[in-house]
Amino acid sequence: MHMADALLSPVVGATMWTGSVAAIGYSSKKLKENIDNKTIPLMGVMGAFVFAAQMINFTIPGTGSSGHIGGGMILAVILGPYAAFLAMASILTVQALFFADGGLLALGCNIWNLGIYPCFLLYPLVYKPIAGEGKDARRIAVAAIISVVIALQLGAFSVVLETLLSGKSELPFGTFVMLMQPIHLAIGLVEGIITAGIINYVRNTRPEILKANSISRPLDTSISIKNVLVAFLILAVITGGALSWFASTHPDGLEWSIEKVTGKGELAEATQGVAPALKELQGKTAFLPDYGFKSSAGVDSQENEVAVWPGIEAGTSVAGIVGGIIVLMFTLFIGLGIRLFKKQ
Amino acid sequence: MSHHIVEFKNVSFCYPDGTKALRDISFRITHGESVGIIGANGAGKSTLLMHMNGYLMPTSGTVNIGDIYLTRQTRQEIRRKVGIVFQNPDDQLFMPTVYEDVAFGPLNLGMDENAVRERVEYALNLVSGLELQNKPPHHLSSGQKSAVAIAAVIAVEPDILAMDEPAANLDPKSRRLLINLLKTFEHSKIIASHDLDLIMDVCHRCIVIKEGAVVADGPVSEILTDKKLLEENNLELPLSLQRN
Amino acid sequence: MIFKHLSKRMLPDEIMTFDEKYYNIGFIDQLSYKDTFVHRLDPRAKLIATLLFLFTVISFSKYELTALLPFFLYPALLMTIGEIPFMFIFKKIVLVSPFAVFIGIFNPFLDSGQVSIFQGLTISAGWLSFFSIMIKFTLTVSTALLLIATTSFPNVCHSLRQWGLPSLFVSQLSFLYRYIFVLMEEAMRIIRARNMRSYGKRGKGIRIFVRIVGILFVRTVERAERIYFAMLSRGFQGDMPSLKRFHIKTGDVIFVVSVAVFLYVFRFYPATQILGRYVQGVFS
Repeated sequence: MHMADALLSPVVGATMWTGSVAAIGYSSKKLKENIDNKTIPLMGVMGAFVFAAQMINFTIPGTGSSGHIGGGMILAVILGPYAAFLAMASILTVQALFFADGGLLALGCNIWNLGIYPCFLLYPLVYKPIAGEGKDARRIAVAAIISVVIALQLGAFSVVLETLLSGKSELPFGTFVMLMQPIHLAIGLVEGIITAGIINYVRNTRPEILKANSISRPLDTSISIKNVLVAFLILAVITGGALSWFASTHPDGLEWSIEKVTGKGELAEATQGVAPALKELQGKTAFLPDYGFKSSAGVDSQENEVAVWPGIEAGTSVAGIVGGIIVLMFTLFIGLGIRLFKKQ
Repeated sequence: MSHHIVEFKNVSFCYPDGTKALRDISFRITHGESVGIIGANGAGKSTLLMHMNGYLMPTSGTVNIGDIYLTRQTRQEIRRKVGIVFQNPDDQLFMPTVYEDVAFGPLNLGMDENAVRERVEYALNLVSGLELQNKPPHHLSSGQKSAVAIAAVIAVEPDILAMDEPAANLDPKSRRLLINLLKTFEHSKIIASHDLDLIMDVCHRCIVIKEGAVVADGPVSEILTDKKLLEENNLELPLSLQRN
Repeated sequence: MIFKHLSKRMLPDEIMTFDEKYYNIGFIDQLSYKDTFVHRLDPRAKLIATLLFLFTVISFSKYELTALLPFFLYPALLMTIGEIPFMFIFKKIVLVSPFAVFIGIFNPFLDSGQVSIFQGLTISAGWLSFFSIMIKFTLTVSTALLLIATTSFPNVCHSLRQWGLPSLFVSQLSFLYRYIFVLMEEAMRIIRARNMRSYGKRGKGIRIFVRIVGILFVRTVERAERIYFAMLSRGFQGDMPSLKRFHIKTGDVIFVVSVAVFLYVFRFYPATQILGRYVQGVFS
């Protein structure tokens, strides 16, 4: 479910990074305005708690396979949305670095997918209204399950969108959605049950923890539904703007992507000098999904009978392979050389 | 030098749930004294220590540290005077590297970076831990962690050093090193511990607490040899005395 | 069966036990405190170089294969000069690969446009894009892992602070790093107790999991209180102080500039093809 670097295009990666960093900045600012100093170590240690808890696996009933928790909703319940989001962002950062879960460029996506939804959308809009004061175990359970399921569905759907907008995968939208959503529905249900279980366990054994935290957390109320909706609206406008801007810089995006497949590209122009190179970069980083055009491209290439490697004739590709092998050998040679040299 | 005194006068403390943790505690510790505080589990030792730097405020009675009475306003000032070393060094060493951890206190005092560096090096040197400065705490042994935790408190140059079970997680050799280290300090020392041999080695005076109240206060040589008193408090004679 | 392997978040658990994960993160953490030329570079220089590298790699078109190969030089150099064991990195890459494989493997079947490599050998374009994803995946994952294997996490935090990320977030990261190891040990003790009493069966169900995590949770909150107490007694008033400003050295600048030049050259000039043509020329 973690998005991976290799599936991303630079534009999508950078956009999601911008969004996530902005959310980190905003949360820090909001938190700083109204922080109980006690929250600072609590956030850090709760982050470590979720991190450790994610490493403990459990058996998903009926499947025999095992899963682990995501933790965003638990954090939101304990710490409130801003602190929970910062904790979640740092957990994902550490995972990206130490476990290579996702990757550094995909980190922006992952913070968004797994942090923003539970903390800023579902906690204030779904969990709080259903759970109310948190006095009733059943209401807490229902609230936790529903909000975790929806958060995970949104997260999974975002992975689909981010992958498709990056244009590295050929999966058609519908198939991709059908692959991702049901399985995350199952995971979400289990995680929701667990989240509810943990909250209720704490409520039974140490009720003052939940109470103390909701008292020292006047922030909850300050997240109004209006603000959240406005933020998402702004985001939608920005995304839409970025989309249309890219569409306008690539008015020929459609033909361009067909050309790539059918081999009518002009390599000669693209390999000389900096300016064409930049143009090429721009072309190659275009994120317009071309999965939709595959079928027409397929028809096209049948007409052409022998389509070639996108934009490259057969002769060049042989040279590419030979050169590539030489470069790899060279890399190996350097690596081994340094190792030998160091041992002496 | 009255600014090193610790004086509790009729201090009582009640937790919000109604538990009476301290009952009418009074004692006075003067400059340079080293005092052991002993008692069964739950007798109130840790609660007592928490009053020494204002983490808890007495429900009634007064706490006087170096001629300053503990109030919400004077808490910060008092925290500079009393350095507390906690039982579990993992809770005490909260910064990602040893150097940053020891520097935490001096930086909070608003010292500039060069002065901070001097303090940190001085404090780490004192516990022979200078070479650990760039390590993260989780790469240290228990003995090293304890030493660094002490250095972190010393770096603030407190007048009074208070410790909660300083040798709880140490192997015998580290424990011996710690005892030798503590003996070299000229600070007023207050050590809460079950480790009566350590108290015998380091302290001159001993206060026994039972159910939140002082039941005995006197020289170590008297209290730690009083088998009856100790057994009434779920304690027993120091091992070094049991052999005789 | 495919469902068992569908989601990446389920998979590592089946491959690695908690202990293994714990030692795994511990090992990479130990590596990051080595003292080599790479470790001594300014963390900011390494972060910039890594980000440039990642962006360059994923900026290649989805069918690109050979032009990506020269980029292996960068992780290879970091690995050898930084004295990072190859097998360790390799295993970690394999471990996290399922998601990328899962998404990429559909390409060969869905993108069936034919591509001829030489005369007589044609494959579906989808295979090209699949292998392109896998090469990019290997490059990006290994480079990210090598960054943290050669840069201690506290140093990463310092760079982020110097770059102006909110200090609340950075201190949050530092706390997280500090207490991951403490809490993992605590969790390990609880799990061992569970395993000891469950005799290989049961003990992994949801109810027991909730209990374990619940216990861990309560202990964590109590720990947070003790930490807060320790912080207060050393003068904490709400700001996490920081020290240790790094100063960029000439070596760091040279490092970043050479990485940038390297990336630029191999991104915009088809070096492998030129080299290949030259070699072909020599032999024919």
